[in-house]
Amino acid sequence: MLKLILQRLAIGILTLWLVTILVFVGTQLLPGDVAQAVLGQSATPEAVAALRIEMGLNQPAIVRYGSWVSGLLHGELGNSLANGASISGLIGQRLPNTLLLAGLTAMLVVPAAIGLGLASAMYPESVFDRAVSVVTMFLLAIPEFLLATLLVLVFAVQLRWLPAISYVSEYRSLEQLARTMALPVLTLSLVLLAQMARMTRSTILNILSSSYIEMAVLKGVRRHRIVFRHALVNAMGPIANVIALNLAWLVSGVVIVETVFAYPGLAKLIVDGVASRDYPVIQSCAMIFCAAYILFILLADIASILSNPRLRQRRD
Amino acid sequence: MAESTPPAPSRGDTLPKARFNLTWPGRIGAAIISFWLVVAVTGPFLAPFTLAEFVSDNGFAAAKGKILLGADYLGRDLFSRIVHSAWLTIGMATVATLIATSVGSALGIFAAIKGGWVDMVISRVVDTFHSFPTLMLGLVIIAALGPSAALLILMTGLIYSTSVFRIARALGMDITVMDFVQVARARGEHVGWILFHEVLPNAATPLVADFGIRLSFSILFLSSLSFLGLGVQPPYADWGTLVRENMPGLVGGSPASVYPALAIASFTIGLNLVADDFAASSGRAIAGKIA
Repeated sequence: MLKLILQRLAIGILTLWLVTILVFVGTQLLPGDVAQAVLGQSATPEAVAALRIEMGLNQPAIVRYGSWVSGLLHGELGNSLANGASISGLIGQRLPNTLLLAGLTAMLVVPAAIGLGLASAMYPESVFDRAVSVVTMFLLAIPEFLLATLLVLVFAVQLRWLPAISYVSEYRSLEQLARTMALPVLTLSLVLLAQMARMTRSTILNILSSSYIEMAVLKGVRRHRIVFRHALVNAMGPIANVIALNLAWLVSGVVIVETVFAYPGLAKLIVDGVASRDYPVIQSCAMIFCAAYILFILLADIASILSNPRLRQRRD
Repeated sequence: MAESTPPAPSRGDTLPKARFNLTWPGRIGAAIISFWLVVAVTGPFLAPFTLAEFVSDNGFAAAKGKILLGADYLGRDLFSRIVHSAWLTIGMATVATLIATSVGSALGIFAAIKGGWVDMVISRVVDTFHSFPTLMLGLVIIAALGPSAALLILMTGLIYSTSVFRIARALGMDITVMDFVQVARARGEHVGWILFHEVLPNAATPLVADFGIRLSFSILFLSSLSFLGLGVQPPYADWGTLVRENMPGLVGGSPASVYPALAIASFTIGLNLVADDFAASSGRAIAGKIA
């Protein structure tokens, strides 16, 4: 089992390394010269040449890759091209906001989604189950920004309960913080809830169709006892897997939501970076997002290894 | 040798006849899709105003008479702009999904037939791209190459081909161990024949169901990029662009950004309704593979 987990860990690290190459190559493909792009068309050739040396662009790509990776490992991320600010500083400001948004969402959604998925799996094809299935299908099929704009129209414009835009830095009290965060968290939560409830439902239904459950039914065990004593215990691993996969989804989920609400998080930073072609910012932010994503996928894998006795006991 | 044997009735299979009935939700979905396809093709001729025509001096003017949905942020007719940008929205996503499905299923089934190190190398490369959050991969590529329409289509197609690859490979794995494929191998057929005549016809229905889901993902993905300002660039516009440019009116209570978002949502919901029927008719086992 340990071997299997170490193997997954090694694959995770290998993937992360491949991702650094992809991100580096991607951001080096900029058509034309980065130095030229920074200084604009009117710059003198001398100024461009000086900046090229300052940015280390005259060195071969492999050397630049090496120094970029070692910088990443040491937390030296360089400076933004757009305004010269230190990237570690920028990320230090934005990352807590994104973590707050994602953390609050996860705390709200995980118990709710498991409850909802469990309830629909216990009464499959009932009116309740069908209603959940239709509503979640709609939530997943529509773009996140539609949900966000509708919520803004209802809660910010019509009812005037909540602000439409979330400047987190403005809050002074806990109540104000809650009001600012409410709409972004609600938007993310609805999408995540839909996804996670559906996956939980199919996971539990899958277990309920196994032969030991059939045995329990034939023995005359009552329904809630089957679900809580037989199925749920065995569903722990698969459900942990579902949770980790959905938290990985949050990594891209925050991008749209932060943009809609002008929420000052990490995703907003990378989107602005792409618009202004600020490649050091893009590189650092993309690495943080990808590392988080790979970590969650890894956790999902480990959860399913730990929960599956056949994988846990494997000797080879 | 081929000349001496009697002509075989048929080698391999042709596509099985589609045999499924649309349920009521499926029919509604099909109606929504057909409606938008008609709008996409005929829209540019039927829209009351052109893409850039001003109908009001005020941005976000209210709906009145010929101006069905009000004016956009600059005072242009929102209804006409939605109708005019339908073909670009649907067309780009469709081409991207065609790329994803053809590249993904060809490679996936090829990997399943070949097995061994060929399968391992292709799978590893695909897994690496798959371990990027889709939107991040898009952002990095756009930052590098700039958002041209051709790049957006190709990029979306290749990103989603990794998902199609996984499904096609799983389907291919199940089919390649069947007797008729073994017979074809024993006959000495080459990989291309086995792929197109033995395996693909038997994997077609689930791949078509996946095409519907994938198309809705492509539309959502391309609209999200446009919404972030990194998709189709002016003077062209797709529905995502329309949502983005009218967002400032939202705080003032203008629903201008909601209409194009509703257009996207109706199309993707339609696709999901039809794809559900397809998935049901091709067996629930496939649904597990798609997830």
